[in-house]
Amino acid sequence: MSNITPLKTEAEQALIAQGATVASDRKEAFARFLEHGLPHRRVEAYHYTDLRALLKSAPPPAKAGGKITTTSPLADIDAHVLTVVDGRYDASLSGALPKGASVSASSALADDGSNEKGLLSADPVIALNAAFSDSVLDITIAAKAEIEKPILIRLVTTGAHASYPRVRLNVGDHAKAFIVESHEGAAAGSLIDSVLELRMGDHVTFDHLRLNLVDHAATVLTTFGGAMGKESLYRGHNFVVGGSLSRHQIFFRFEGEQSKAEISSACLLNAKQHADTTLVVDHAVPECQSREFFAHVLDHESTGVFQGKIIVRPGAQQTDGKMMSRAIVLEDGATMNNKPELEIFADDVACGHGATVGALDEDLLFYLRARGLPKAEAEALMLQAFVGEALEKIEHDAIRDTLEAHTEQWLKARSA
Amino acid sequence: MLEIRNLHVAIEDGSKKILNGLNLTIRDGEVAAIMGPNGSGKSTLSYVIAGKDDYEVLDGEILLDGKNLLEMEPDERAAAGVFLAFQYPLEIPGVATMTFLKAALNAQRKGRGEDELTTPDFMRRVKAGAEKLGIPQDMLKRGLNVGFSGGEKKRMEILQMALLEPSIGILDETDSGLDIDALKIVSEGVNALRSAKRSFLVITHYQRLLNYIVPDTVHVMSKGQIVRTGGKELALELEANGYADYVTNAAA
Ligand SMILES: Nc1ncnc2c1ncn2[C@@H]1O[C@H](COP(=O)(O)OP(=O)(O)OP(=O)(O)O)[C@@H](O)[C@H]1O
Ligand SMILES: [Mg+2]
Repeated sequence: MSNITPLKTEAEQALIAQGATVASDRKEAFARFLEHGLPHRRVEAYHYTDLRALLKSAPPPAKAGGKITTTSPLADIDAHVLTVVDGRYDASLSGALPKGASVSASSALADDGSNEKGLLSADPVIALNAAFSDSVLDITIAAKAEIEKPILIRLVTTGAHASYPRVRLNVGDHAKAFIVESHEGAAAGSLIDSVLELRMGDHVTFDHLRLNLVDHAATVLTTFGGAMGKESLYRGHNFVVGGSLSRHQIFFRFEGEQSKAEISSACLLNAKQHADTTLVVDHAVPECQSREFFAHVLDHESTGVFQGKIIVRPGAQQTDGKMMSRAIVLEDGATMNNKPELEIFADDVACGHGATVGALDEDLLFYLRARGLPKAEAEALMLQAFVGEALEKIEHDAIRDTLEAHTEQWLKARSA
Repeated sequence: MLEIRNLHVAIEDGSKKILNGLNLTIRDGEVAAIMGPNGSGKSTLSYVIAGKDDYEVLDGEILLDGKNLLEMEPDERAAAGVFLAFQYPLEIPGVATMTFLKAALNAQRKGRGEDELTTPDFMRRVKAGAEKLGIPQDMLKRGLNVGFSGGEKKRMEILQMALLEPSIGILDETDSGLDIDALKIVSEGVNALRSAKRSFLVITHYQRLLNYIVPDTVHVMSKGQIVRTGGKELALELEANGYADYVTNAAA
């Protein structure tokens, strides 16, 4: 027996001090976080993203009344806008939702990852969100409702504090909707720990775009838990450019047969940015199809992490799952870590994964340069095409154009 | 005028020498053909002129209108008037042919200190050029060279050359992969570009191309050197006799 208590990091000490003030109904969630503290490299799921080492400090939770000073990158898109300021829904900055959609905010207790029937997973980042989140945004799309315009949820962090947004979406049978989850704002030293839960019924068509466009010096920890019923279609897109340290967790579960999920991601990193995506797609029932496509562009000394796991449960026959990760490393100092995994417990399945990491093709670059394109322009053209492969999966033209323009700007800044 | 003097080239790691003191001058308006056995260094010569950095130039110089090409980046060479029609044009998925053509044209105009083309002006030029070469419009909407047949890729190279108006066009086996009709169309395309200011270096294995694109001079290349120079009748002689004479002689 040892009575040595493990040394707490500065960030952990700060969180513990803050935890003393959480409401009594959240003590249990906080205790779940405390059990293990911040995850480190010996915790398998965090092997490449050692939060103990990477999270230098933990700012206090935001007080009410933060002022938004930035405009949404999607401001020109015709959408129903809902605004969450520092983790709290702000009705005064939100529009009404159309017929068939409704929204409400409460201080309800949210799943800390311990609910076995829930959409999440035991995880310290989720437990931390449950402990500190004091505003849950519930959005319901009624059965059969078809919401034409995208619903844009702006999740804005207004300063160097912590925000803990929690969004829960319920989508009824035969409904159709498009949600944009846009993480914006923040500053050096901000900590964002956000959780979105999505429950979809049967025969649903649902599009979900997540944007990480926060300050390049912020920490962004986001979790998405999703489950869908039968004969449904989920299309999820991720566009990541922000945050000095970011981790996005996806827990996706098929609960009804003959459904399809497509998850794609474009991640543009530079300087010393570190971005992790950890994905678990759970084929719990037969005859579902999943497609995952992740594209990373890594400049300077940035680090990309892709951990993707496809689980095929016993009996989930005729599962068709394919996962692909492609990364372009532009400088010697940049790193990509790929960890694809298949856990298959059924025998009649078609599953596969692939991962490529490499520099831009020299021969192609020469071809373009021989046609008069300067190096930076030739590279930008190739990178735009590379990222385009992920972006082209976004069905909404105006939003896809906006993200393509954003990519172009990113590439321009690179050669400037 | 393109002047190549005493050019010695090895592959980048120095493990193999490919060009061994090559000399070649192509005057303004001249069409020079190079023929020679497989592996004699023809494509290497074209890449070195265009600026591919897989090769190390050990000695010699390449001057275009008196400008030292070896000191320039590939894109600067293109702006200076070098165009290489590749033996194997590359496929670039995700880059639409039109986007590419526009970027290339405007980059080069910029390099030459000219204004960018307006979109209608650009479209007009591309349409006209494509029509002449029998390139259907829907091909221009696809990814650059992606899924194009061998012959289609070669036509696309000539379209690019026509749009970029180089002062020296290097055609590396442009005839390979072309059917009989396409060979005529492409040759007409090249002939239409012939002018007193523009010269061509035509690399080919087959005399037939030279019936359509009639050269002013024919050079035989062997083991990284020009071992014989003559007029267009030299091509006929090679067609009849092969390279046996040169392959053995040149080693000395
Ligand atoms: N990057 C390279 N690395 C290694 N060897 C090379 C490289 N480029 C060319 N070579 C070698 O140099 C020699 C000349 O090649 P090159 O392609 O220039 O010949 P060529 O005359 O164009 O032949 P062909 O008529 O078959 O097109 C060949 O032996 C080839 O294998
Ligand atoms: Mg060759």
